Amino acid sequence: MRATAMANRAYLFIAPFLACFVLLFLLPLGYAGYLSLFKDQLVGGTVFVGLDNYVHALGDAQLLRGVLRVGLFFLVQVPVMLLVALAVALAVDSGLLRLAGVFRLGVFVPYAVPSVVAALMWGYLYGPDFGPLTQLGERLGFTAPHLLGDGWLLTSLGNVVTWEFAGYNMIILYSALRTVPAERYEAAAVDGAGPWRTAWHLKIPALRPALLLCLVFSVIGSFQLFAEPNLIQRLAPTVINSSYTPNLYAYSLAFTSQQVNYAAAVSFLLGFVILLVSYAALLLANRRPRR
Amino acid sequence: MIAARRSNLLTLGMTALLVYFLFPLFWLVIASTKTTGDLFATFGLWFGHDFSLVANVRATFTHNHGEYGRWMLNTLVYAAVSALGAASLATFAGYGFARYTFRGRGPLLGLILGTIMVPTTALAIPTYLLFSKVSLVNTPWAVILPSLVSPFGLFLMWVYARDAISDSVLEAARIDGAGELAIFFKVTLRSLIPGFVTVLLFTLVATWNNYFLPLIMLNDPRYYPITVGLSSWSAQAVGGNGGNADLLASVVTGSLLSVLPLIAAFLMLQRYWQSGLSAGAVKE
Repeated sequence: MRATAMANRAYLFIAPFLACFVLLFLLPLGYAGYLSLFKDQLVGGTVFVGLDNYVHALGDAQLLRGVLRVGLFFLVQVPVMLLVALAVALAVDSGLLRLAGVFRLGVFVPYAVPSVVAALMWGYLYGPDFGPLTQLGERLGFTAPHLLGDGWLLTSLGNVVTWEFAGYNMIILYSALRTVPAERYEAAAVDGAGPWRTAWHLKIPALRPALLLCLVFSVIGSFQLFAEPNLIQRLAPTVINSSYTPNLYAYSLAFTSQQVNYAAAVSFLLGFVILLVSYAALLLANRRPRR
Repeated sequence: MIAARRSNLLTLGMTALLVYFLFPLFWLVIASTKTTGDLFATFGLWFGHDFSLVANVRATFTHNHGEYGRWMLNTLVYAAVSALGAASLATFAGYGFARYTFRGRGPLLGLILGTIMVPTTALAIPTYLLFSKVSLVNTPWAVILPSLVSPFGLFLMWVYARDAISDSVLEAARIDGAGELAIFFKVTLRSLIPGFVTVLLFTLVATWNNYFLPLIMLNDPRYYPITVGLSSWSAQAVGGNGGNADLLASVVTGSLLSVLPLIAAFLMLQRYWQSGLSAGAVKE
């Protein structure tokens, strides 16, 4: 087939996606970039201010605190979640587990629960007056920690997110495990490797690309945290303010205080932070292990 | 014998983990059978004095002229249209990228896959601003259109189409004089189905569970999906003075009902999406 004919046929298939991609992805991004260069002023209307919004954002203590908070959240929550996901994926794949299918599905089920519902449920479970955890504590004679209080809230949110997404990551890892060729297991068995050694020396290295994918998705998820803090805000209004996460902040800038231009700059910066952290995480995780 | 003992230990540990993952859902089922009073007054992890599941379901569907049913329907339409659209676009494009060589393929694919890292919420506010320019805000399209583009879906389908179809089949079909579209629909589509179902389900979940986008795009409760609707009910239920505390039982029951369709979809399509993931997922 001639090259041009090949290209024409290829475009037949990719054109619909490409059109939507340009209209619904690149165009909004470009428009936001454009808007972020302006400022709405009481006197004089909308004026071009160049990078002023970005300069302002970089020195915005509220934004900075939010970014640091989700950064801390990411550093603690994501390793816990990925370890749980990895452990379950390996256990289900090991062949040592009875009723492996039940465990696989059971751990995955929370992924099908909307984050709104997850936040409502856990918010109720955390409740300091009537939540079952508190009730259980009372029955067994200990005081449950105040899970919606200042000291515990980030941990409580981390628990909700771990609960929601550990199963999703587990399924990705498990699926990647299924693609490891059987000959390699046979070779390992011939070499006398037990299940633990096989997992450590064969399976975990084979999972590297899948783990990196999970890591990137987790960076994105952590830094754009919104639904869970937004819903739990009602139960802990004194702890979660409108800039608790960068995304809550961008939302309240755009829709409560009508600072559309500044909100565009903040979303842009947030996207940039996510790109940076994703790349940093990938670089760090991708370094060849030294022997 | 060692293996058997180990398996018991592992099964025990995994059971503990399973209890953690399932107990909030257990709570949700139990709570759906309670009156609002019992929700506060009785132990959270067991049944209350009255079994009011049926009354709760009725209350959920009749509150405020049956808006819950409307939200359910909205969600169904948004999720189905978005997922079908996104999965079709991704399947077409993934096949195009995997099966044809053309100028600029590498950079173009790189650009699209690079945007996997663009967070959806960073995109949502710009999209809102743009949509408000063209009067699409507060229409169902505002929720459906942005969900149609799934770079991750394209990634899955690209890998899948690359691995699942052999060149010789395509060559044979071409020699027989079949057109490209005919080849796609008659020869290759069948083997792309597991990948398609996988992308379909994951977009279905993403749109069914979406909260941020509809929250900013819609202000008319008639267009709400379930997530935004439940959140607004929950705000009314805990809303302090004059708050409608009785609504809490409906929030809980409505939450339970909103979870069931997705779980059913995953169970029904399990065979497809799992093979789609393992053939397509991330084996660089």
